[in-house]
Amino acid sequence: MSIRHLSISDVSIRFAPNAPDVLQKVRLEIAQGEYVAIIGHSGCGKSTLLNIVAGLLKCTTGGVLLDGTEVDEPGPDRAVVFQNHSLLPWLTCRENVRLAVDQVFGRKKSRAERAAWVDENLDLVRMLPHAEKKPGEISGGMKQRIGIARALAMQPKVLLLDEPFGALDALTRAHLQDQVTEIHARLGTTVLMITHDVDEAVLLSDRIVMMTNGPEATIGEILHVDLPRPRDRLAFAQDPRFLAARAGVMEFLYARHRNPAEAA
Amino acid sequence: MSDLAQAAPLGLRLPRVALRPAALGAMLRRAIVRALPLIIMLVLILGAWQIAADRPTASLPAPSKIWADSKDLIIHPFYDHGGLDKGLGLHLFASLQRVALGFLLSAIAGIALGLLVGTSEIAMRGLDPIFQVLRTVPPLAWLPLSLAAFRDAQPSAIFVIFITAIWPVIINTAVGVRNVPSDYRNVARVIRLRGIGYFWKILLPSAAPFIFTGLRIGIGLSWLAIVAAEMLVGGVGIGFFIWDAWNSSNISDIIVALIYVGLVGYVLDRLVMLAGRIVTRGTA
Repeated sequence: MSIRHLSISDVSIRFAPNAPDVLQKVRLEIAQGEYVAIIGHSGCGKSTLLNIVAGLLKCTTGGVLLDGTEVDEPGPDRAVVFQNHSLLPWLTCRENVRLAVDQVFGRKKSRAERAAWVDENLDLVRMLPHAEKKPGEISGGMKQRIGIARALAMQPKVLLLDEPFGALDALTRAHLQDQVTEIHARLGTTVLMITHDVDEAVLLSDRIVMMTNGPEATIGEILHVDLPRPRDRLAFAQDPRFLAARAGVMEFLYARHRNPAEAA
Repeated sequence: MSDLAQAAPLGLRLPRVALRPAALGAMLRRAIVRALPLIIMLVLILGAWQIAADRPTASLPAPSKIWADSKDLIIHPFYDHGGLDKGLGLHLFASLQRVALGFLLSAIAGIALGLLVGTSEIAMRGLDPIFQVLRTVPPLAWLPLSLAAFRDAQPSAIFVIFITAIWPVIINTAVGVRNVPSDYRNVARVIRLRGIGYFWKILLPSAAPFIFTGLRIGIGLSWLAIVAAEMLVGGVGIGFFIWDAWNSSNISDIIVALIYVGLVGYVLDRLVMLAGRIVTRGTA
């Protein structure tokens, strides 16, 4: 039996003993280098699932294995890019990345190596010119890029993105999506991304995991996106394969599993 | 060609020289415009006061009488005729020394206790109710007790400052520690920053704005308490000066002293605020 890269097996979670399960028997296998998006209406527990993989939440039953090791606490091998960037406001952009690098590679790399590695990652998200600024002095998109640089600088086995572009305007979002795609192509990191944006899911992912509505949410359907990479958002706007994938997700979300809040 | 290259920087330099005084003038004008409402207010208040108090039957002196009575006090704040006959500056300096010592002790003890109560659930349950009761005790109520304990005026006054300023420091520090945003805690968990590293790199910087709010309230209360405490314990100090002026019916001196007390209190508040801005690197 081959050891899988990331396997989520029968994960269920409930927040109180008598409450219904928020997630029920979620089962998902993710291969090395795969880009998987999880999509669903708000309240379906997709962020909860990501937090379980990150180790920030403990599942009630089931478990998560990463390269054969059980996930039971957070760690830099599963770096998270948080929705609201979560940069420390008293540190400059460079210091925010450096804090993570010093902590993760403090013993393995020399001081000079670490400094170079920080700058390399800032350069990767094209934030090197703004390295000395505080988070309060840069735009939302720039903050999110620093968040991505900080996560990538940990050299994670899996990069966890929790609605990373949710709070950004459409143009900034498109720009950042392209950067993430490019980084993913270059580094081959496994990515698990939460989103509620159908276009984003189709454009970025190899597979789209669609969640049913909670409580007792689980995986409703998995769509393989067989679009060649690199993907060009302009060319795909008219591509029937793109439109078919998009229609598939839309159909799932808005016809078969309508948001209960909206349906009421 | 070469003429042009030489002429260009010269042409650029000229307006820059001309710009300096103009910019300075504009800045000065802006400052005056901003201060104008304050100046008008002061003139109005002094004017009304002058009109109201400029009668032989008035119980309080008018500004003109204060100037006549206490001119020496205003002009020579640092005279020293020995004993307790000193300028206001020296009295204020003595009070400031007491406040500095008492406040420093309360800042150290207050931050330490606040960190303890903020991080330990047991410490909070044990200590918080005690703090909540003790903090309502008025500063001066501690004075007789501290006089009994220390049998000396100087440490008693310092203790009153300490006990007055410590509560807001403890409470705000504890609130700051307890309210480290979950985002920051999650970041720390992902990079496995724990123990002493978490304390220095996440907890303390995150709580710093709260701590400085506590310190600001604390220094304000200290300054309120010192005047009252010094009235009772005597010795050199602004509180004693005011009480002494009252005993010798120098109402003008009292008013001058009050203005100095207010100005010093304002400066203390700003100093702590400034220190907070520097330490928290602008996030406070």
